[in-house]
Amino acid sequence: MPFSRAINAGLRAALAGSDRVLLMGEDIGKLGGVFRVTEGLQAEFGEQRVLDTPLAESGLVGTAIGLAMAGFRPVVEIQFDGFVFPAFDQITTQLAKLTNRHEGALQMPVVIRIPYGGHIGAVEHHQESPEAYFTHTAGLRVVSPSTPNDGYWMIQDAIASPDPVIFLEPKSKYWQKGEVDTSARALPLHASRIVRRGTDITLVGHGAMVTTMLQAAALAEAEGTSIEVVDLRSLSPVDYGPILDSVRRTGRMVYAQEAPGFTSLGSEVAATVMERAFYALEAPVLRVSGFDVPFPPAKLEGAYLPDADRILEAVDRSLAY
Amino acid sequence: MIPVDDSALVRFLDADGTFAPSPAAEPYREAVERIGDADLETFYRDMAVIRAFDVQATNLQRQGQLALWPPSYGQEAAQVGSARAARAQDHLFPSYREHVVTKIRGVDPIDIIRVMRGLTHGGWDPTDPKNGNTHIYTLVLGSQTLHATGLGMGLVFDGRCGTGDLDRDEAVIVYYGDGASSQGDVHEAMVFANSYRTPEVFFLQNNQWAISVPVATQSRSPLHKRGEGYGMPSTLIDGNDVLASWAVTRTALDEARAGGGPQAIEAMTYRLGAHTTSDDPTKYRTSDEEESWRRRDPIARMKAFLIGKGASDAFFADVEAESQALADDVRTRTNALGGLERDDMFAHVYSEQHPLVGEQRQWLADYEASFEGGAS
Ligand SMILES: Cc1ncc(C[n+]2csc(CCOP(=O)(O)OP(=O)(O)O)c2C)c(N)n1
Repeated sequence: MPFSRAINAGLRAALAGSDRVLLMGEDIGKLGGVFRVTEGLQAEFGEQRVLDTPLAESGLVGTAIGLAMAGFRPVVEIQFDGFVFPAFDQITTQLAKLTNRHEGALQMPVVIRIPYGGHIGAVEHHQESPEAYFTHTAGLRVVSPSTPNDGYWMIQDAIASPDPVIFLEPKSKYWQKGEVDTSARALPLHASRIVRRGTDITLVGHGAMVTTMLQAAALAEAEGTSIEVVDLRSLSPVDYGPILDSVRRTGRMVYAQEAPGFTSLGSEVAATVMERAFYALEAPVLRVSGFDVPFPPAKLEGAYLPDADRILEAVDRSLAY
Repeated sequence: MIPVDDSALVRFLDADGTFAPSPAAEPYREAVERIGDADLETFYRDMAVIRAFDVQATNLQRQGQLALWPPSYGQEAAQVGSARAARAQDHLFPSYREHVVTKIRGVDPIDIIRVMRGLTHGGWDPTDPKNGNTHIYTLVLGSQTLHATGLGMGLVFDGRCGTGDLDRDEAVIVYYGDGASSQGDVHEAMVFANSYRTPEVFFLQNNQWAISVPVATQSRSPLHKRGEGYGMPSTLIDGNDVLASWAVTRTALDEARAGGGPQAIEAMTYRLGAHTTSDDPTKYRTSDEEESWRRRDPIARMKAFLIGKGASDAFFADVEAESQALADDVRTRTNALGGLERDDMFAHVYSEQHPLVGEQRQWLADYEASFEGGAS
């Protein structure tokens, strides 16, 4: 099943499971969303469960907060990564902090779905990687599925969470197919996962970069290097257990991400691994990132986004220590 | 100041307390004439008692007991009238100056003190029935207008309004200021409210100043006219007349709750005090202006009206005693407020356990413990 259909199926299961679950967003009803992730859901559940809202992101998130106060579990779709910023105030100053300000008396079970990242050759403000803004904010949970199976289950787990969840969907993966096991979830929402075993070096990343890391691993294998790949899945909190286990076995680590490197998630994970597994490391933890520039015009995105070669260059540097 | 269009202004009491309904007040006249003496006295009592609290809190701040105090001094009529107009089942979203609104709904004033003393970012639990569905203060201007609207949407979706039962149908009232009216969130709230026909009253207290910036910098047209642009009935009231505030808000809330969609009210009022205790109003406004509004003081006006109606000296003495008692009680309880445990900052970041928070809480506990029992 394609990734976008898997999230659609997960949303359908959540809508069917509780009539308190609402989907809200621009063009998500009749049109089914610009990426068709919500296709068919309004026809099935009605206009009051799947809302085509006014075109106003702060309004979307702010009213979702009020709906949560009224006992609903709103799932908000932000149409593109670059359009979340009008809602940034409501997300960071309100949504993230309201449970805290109410001293636990009020829960904020709001999910914000954001298609993010590059690889689709889009125009400006349509391919950004805003994850660090959200992981930096206490009170938010941030997750990013990278496979259809995770898309199906993680969206349901996010909706079930009593806390706000920023749900980052790697938009270039929407058409990628994979098995979905609807009978049981493989992992809890906040677990990281080793997706490929290897012995020489650990690659860690999230979202669309998982596919790129697997490509790099396949290429390296042909040259005799055995790469382990870890999919973070949860960006806040980070599940360090599998990462540290892996690094203790391989002694080396590279973090790969599309986002600019400066004060990024990769910086945080690298620093933590160096703090906790220092004596296991044979080389410093290296980072492969997008550059610290605005996401470039589509014709340049190939140069901006880390690809398998850039990851392998870092792997070689690590192995050379 | 933008000139007030007197023909549009709903007012019952003249500045000297004479009952003299303006032409725009006529539709509400019958309702106001039905208010019993006991309720009229309650309106006065609410205003006078909270003013004593407000003055006490200002003093406590001056004495270093509070980090900050936003006085409600001068705006009591707009607040009392609107809060008393709400029914028990209604939901209230204050900004940060609505001290009498919260008190009327049952919030203990010491909870506001706790916020301003730096003991909590919230203060009370809006889901606890004793707080009368009153939400906590919001310091980010305008944000709460969206929360109120979302809650109103929930009421619509759940069929908790528009059934025709005024005693059960719920409505929402949200308070904001003339400065806040420039915020994008207020615009988006009005768009959502009208799209979803929320049972909601947007209650704008135009106290003429956003800290040092006059209302003319926020809007060149009267603010109540904006409501109409969104498709809402909008009414201008004399915010220093508690009867006008009560009557218009009561009607607007009932229309909203009955399915009439959102309504807007602009209460023309004035903050006689400073914006907050950190502010120096002498830098930006004249004493003539303050004096002209002092002559329209909402409490003096109501007092004159009640005296005209024959209220007894004993009543005013009783209100005075209650005011004093509240002020004393607040001072005593403020002085008795304890501190916070370091651990408290980790307590409610998430509803579910979060490992990063858990680890840091443990780290701090271990670090603190390392100093106990004498370091080596
Ligand atoms: C988004 C935002 N910007 C700036 C401030 C700082 N600030 C606090 S109160 C205030 C003026 C508000 O004026 P108004 O809305 O008229 O309400 P009033 O304080 O007069 O009751 C300002 C600028 C803030 N709290 N929030």
